[in-house]
Amino acid sequence: MRQTNETQIDTSPAISDEIRKTTCYMCACRCGINVHMKGGEVAYIEGNRDHPVNKGVLCGKGSSGIMQHYAPSRLRAPLKRVGPRGSGEFEEISWEEALDTAAGWLGPLRKEDPSKLAFFTGRDQSQSFTSWFAQAYGTPNYAAHGGFCSVNMAAAGIYTMGGAFWEFGQPDWDRTKLFMLFGVAEDHDSNPIKMGLGKLKERGAKVIGVNPIRSGYNAIADEWVGITPGTDGLFIMALIHELMRAGKVDLSYLARYTNAGFLVDDDPNSPEKGLFIRGESGKPQVVCRDSKGLADYDTPGVIPNLAAQMFEGDVTHRTVFQLMAERYLGDEYAPEAVAERTGIEAAKIKSIAAELARVAFEEEIVIDQPWTDWKGQKHDKMIGRPVSFHAMRGISAHSNGFQTCRALHMLQILLGSVEVPGGFRFKPPYPKPPEAHPKPHAGVTPGQPLDGPHLGYPLGPEHLLLDEDGNAKRIDKAFTWENPLSAHGLMHMVISNAHAGDPYKIDTLFMYMANMAWNSSMNSSEVMQMLTDKDDSGEYVIPHIIYSDAYSSEMVAYADLILPDTTYLERHDCISLLDRPICEADGAADAIRWPVVEPDRDVRGFQTALIQLGVKLGLPGFVTEDGSAKFEDYADYIVNHERRPGVGPLAGWRGEDGEGKGRGAPNPKQIDKYIENGGFWVDHIPTEASFYKPWNKAYQEWAVKRGIFDAEAPYVFNLYVEPMRKFQRAAEGHGDIQPPEHLRERVQQTMDPLPMWYEPFEDSNVDVEEYPIHALTQRPMHMYHSWGSQNAWLRQITGKNYLYLPTKIWEANGFEDGDYAEVSSVHGTITVPVAHHAALNDSTVWTWNAIGKRKGAWALDEDAPEATEGFLLNHLIHELQPPKGDGMRWANSDPITGQAAWFDLRVKLKKAVPKPAESQPVHPPIKSPVGKGPAKVARKI
Amino acid sequence: MTCLPSTTQKKLGLVIDLDTCVGCHGCVTACKGWNTQNYGAPLSDMDPYGADPSGTFLNRVFSYEVTPEDGAAQTVHFPKSCLHCEDAPCVTVCPTGASYKREEDGIVLVDEDKCIGCGLCAWSCAYGARELDQDAGVMKKCTLCVDRIYNENLPEEDRVPACVRTCPSGARHFGDLGDPNSDVSKLVEERGGFDLMPEQGTKPVNKYLPPRLKDRLDTAPMIPVAEEPKGFLGWLDKALEKL
Repeated sequence: MRQTNETQIDTSPAISDEIRKTTCYMCACRCGINVHMKGGEVAYIEGNRDHPVNKGVLCGKGSSGIMQHYAPSRLRAPLKRVGPRGSGEFEEISWEEALDTAAGWLGPLRKEDPSKLAFFTGRDQSQSFTSWFAQAYGTPNYAAHGGFCSVNMAAAGIYTMGGAFWEFGQPDWDRTKLFMLFGVAEDHDSNPIKMGLGKLKERGAKVIGVNPIRSGYNAIADEWVGITPGTDGLFIMALIHELMRAGKVDLSYLARYTNAGFLVDDDPNSPEKGLFIRGESGKPQVVCRDSKGLADYDTPGVIPNLAAQMFEGDVTHRTVFQLMAERYLGDEYAPEAVAERTGIEAAKIKSIAAELARVAFEEEIVIDQPWTDWKGQKHDKMIGRPVSFHAMRGISAHSNGFQTCRALHMLQILLGSVEVPGGFRFKPPYPKPPEAHPKPHAGVTPGQPLDGPHLGYPLGPEHLLLDEDGNAKRIDKAFTWENPLSAHGLMHMVISNAHAGDPYKIDTLFMYMANMAWNSSMNSSEVMQMLTDKDDSGEYVIPHIIYSDAYSSEMVAYADLILPDTTYLERHDCISLLDRPICEADGAADAIRWPVVEPDRDVRGFQTALIQLGVKLGLPGFVTEDGSAKFEDYADYIVNHERRPGVGPLAGWRGEDGEGKGRGAPNPKQIDKYIENGGFWVDHIPTEASFYKPWNKAYQEWAVKRGIFDAEAPYVFNLYVEPMRKFQRAAEGHGDIQPPEHLRERVQQTMDPLPMWYEPFEDSNVDVEEYPIHALTQRPMHMYHSWGSQNAWLRQITGKNYLYLPTKIWEANGFEDGDYAEVSSVHGTITVPVAHHAALNDSTVWTWNAIGKRKGAWALDEDAPEATEGFLLNHLIHELQPPKGDGMRWANSDPITGQAAWFDLRVKLKKAVPKPAESQPVHPPIKSPVGKGPAKVARKI
Repeated sequence: MTCLPSTTQKKLGLVIDLDTCVGCHGCVTACKGWNTQNYGAPLSDMDPYGADPSGTFLNRVFSYEVTPEDGAAQTVHFPKSCLHCEDAPCVTVCPTGASYKREEDGIVLVDEDKCIGCGLCAWSCAYGARELDQDAGVMKKCTLCVDRIYNENLPEEDRVPACVRTCPSGARHFGDLGDPNSDVSKLVEERGGFDLMPEQGTKPVNKYLPPRLKDRLDTAPMIPVAEEPKGFLGWLDKALEKL
């Protein structure tokens, strides 16, 4: 036997030359990272322990960022298309030529009609800046990707309680005792949820997962609710039914902090029916519990009586709470009535409702922390109801998603568990009610900026963006009767509408970071066709396409001009309070990215390129009086731009002395201070301001000091959303601004001011007997959209996708391992590999999103499994509902917000015999503008 | 053939909580990143952008489905790396002395200078925890980040394996399983930690914590305050008076 004790190893090797701290961009979560440098190169990436988002941890994506940074798919220089669109044939050009080309198209357009530019920015983390460019240019056609992502969640949250999940708020992970999670897109608040689940598990708190698929977070949930897609609203309203019926609602909370006590006009003959009864002050009226008299809802000392009624002639005006009782105590929301449709046994629904009530009311948390409310009343403690919730795409990507998201917030509020210890907590700059957000704008003047911000929160039909003839002002038809509250726009409709010339034709489509010719579009094959279609004169229907991306994505092939972006380690960025912030419930925070390495290619950060384009176009704000550049690059903008006097993109180290928090003059050393501090800034909220933020005087004062808003703005939660009633009332014939006849009934039905459930549109549009199966996608935890496949490590974890089938469907069709299925929706057919998955709702099939790739893209070999076996479900999902025979184009979107209804999809399937050689459909290869990756990677510095 | 030490001063290892692992692969890529830059040859990837990518990983996460007799099917995420067995057959089978178990802490390592890439150790490992690097031609395995855990160039809190440091849900724990008073030993005791495939007789040092029982909620339904809407209003009146 050999003796081996002699081996000596160095257990204290040098780690790296230097650590540079910046912000991850491997998904939308935005964790802090330590980038270890060796010899000027990136050697290793780990989480930053001091960072408020991830506190040192890092997921599978973040930990493999180095392979994205060095991916062979990185674009190398600006490109000019030389072959036909879609071929991938390009010629490298200089930046000067690229920017001149773009300015040559956009300059004349701005003088003639700025709305001929559609500028949509995908998974942009600089929307505050890109929207500012679009506003200065003057086009109404700007948005990012929220409309095809989770706008239902965001908008329902804002309208109901001034914020939703993720960037708006979080469960009180340290105190909650019961956590309920509804369908989730994993890159939304990725690490904080994992860290939070870890905390819950450590102290034995319970997790209930509501998801048709038991994987990921749902795999570790103590209780799994394998709900049928599109029925979450029914389930939630059944929980509400149970809680109200048992009187397990927080009446004191409802009276003080919500509009439950507001009186609603019940006069059937009045145009005001359904609106709040208002006093001389114009404020909604409540009946005071003590004086029994009417009072403005915000009168100090007045606690509204939820049981009050007001008699006027033979009309009885009732409170919002009574209208809720009438609706939710009804039999249609009884557990027995929803059990079959939701796929959840009535007994289980009752048990979950009882558990929510038990934990909320019997395990109450009391913190001895005095605080003062907005009416000046002092409280000696903070009372918590330790149940919390989180939800994202699973419930929102349906045509009934907005009302479902509203229902979930209503459930939280009834339990008294919003902004209390153990419940859900807002993160600055939220809470922020709909009234505090801008209204949408689309006022176009050739050669001039737009008349205000593009996106916002309408409070009535008067805020719709319609011309005198009732036509949409925006290319995506946001803020029209088709989807009045489309707060994030409808990116998924832009190409389709531009191609159809509905509502009008455009000249230039300018996009950033949105793979619209592949996985980011519904109906991908036809979208490719729309991008390449020519009119009778032989010109492209969409005449010019400019696209910016860091990588060789499928969309690159469809543009005429490519502005190559940098990787996330080569760029400046600000994760700004003006944009999509990364704050924590206990503090305001923002962060930067900075070039920890300089690009080795002829690429520029997109935001810097946009500044340079703005200068060439002479846009206001981008140039000084003499026409010279106001900002040299994006870093210069980040430091020196002021949105309001003293308030800029970054809140930390403002002012000449660098001491300003939130407010202060630009500080030329600001970025250096961020770098010194690890790439981020945090300012903690005072302890007495920690909870009850919408009604907490100390919080309101702190928020004004920090520039979050300019005047204190306390408000109550909207169980009843009066602005929705204003749209509904118009549909009933009141007011000057009327919906078109074909939408009247739908607006009346869907703009209900109290949450309700209706069947997803697909269920009504297709024969559900013929298409009995629900089909979904999920995102792997280790992938972000299509990006993961260019990463040599991550594609080894998931290099192909299967359609996963539940046992019932697997057995009924006699499937065996290795089989393919022909899967059809009313719109199209795909033929794809299948696998068995038992932990799955009986009538649901699913696959991983965006694993399938087009041959030639992402610097992968054409025979890569992503391009041969991998597939997209997108081919089965149309951006329009099936034709109704009325000549109209009906979007496959939520009728309230325009959110893309991805998850409404219904399919049928059968075994594919014989098995195809590849997943179908197959698209011809595109020529790679960057060649292919190397045959081996073994990179040690 | 190579000798194992008769005892080790410590039994350093991992405790992996299967009730908490969500399967994010953070540990997989953090491990790959660290160990590519540090101990021994880099962990290579062959055909990394092609039809059959195949690279060396020291830690992989597998997902299994379990269907209990009385309930819905469940998913278990199962991270797996070398378990640093006390009776490690991969050591005794090594013809060159390249594979060895450290007397001071029980870590099983490969001296790459002595490794001839014969693959016997991988064949002998019941857990499939060793991978022959196709580029370097040497056997690779989990080192328990021996170049981190004692590394004086790292802050003390970072002297843990890369997989433990990065795990977002806190499902991975590191410590001395030979010390009954260590945090990891206590965790194993409290949560019923178990050996993977004990029947192999290799006495793995790493332990797994089992998933907790699931789908057990049976809270009794609530009693209604009233059956009719009118009755509800009556209840409401009374309830408001009590506030």
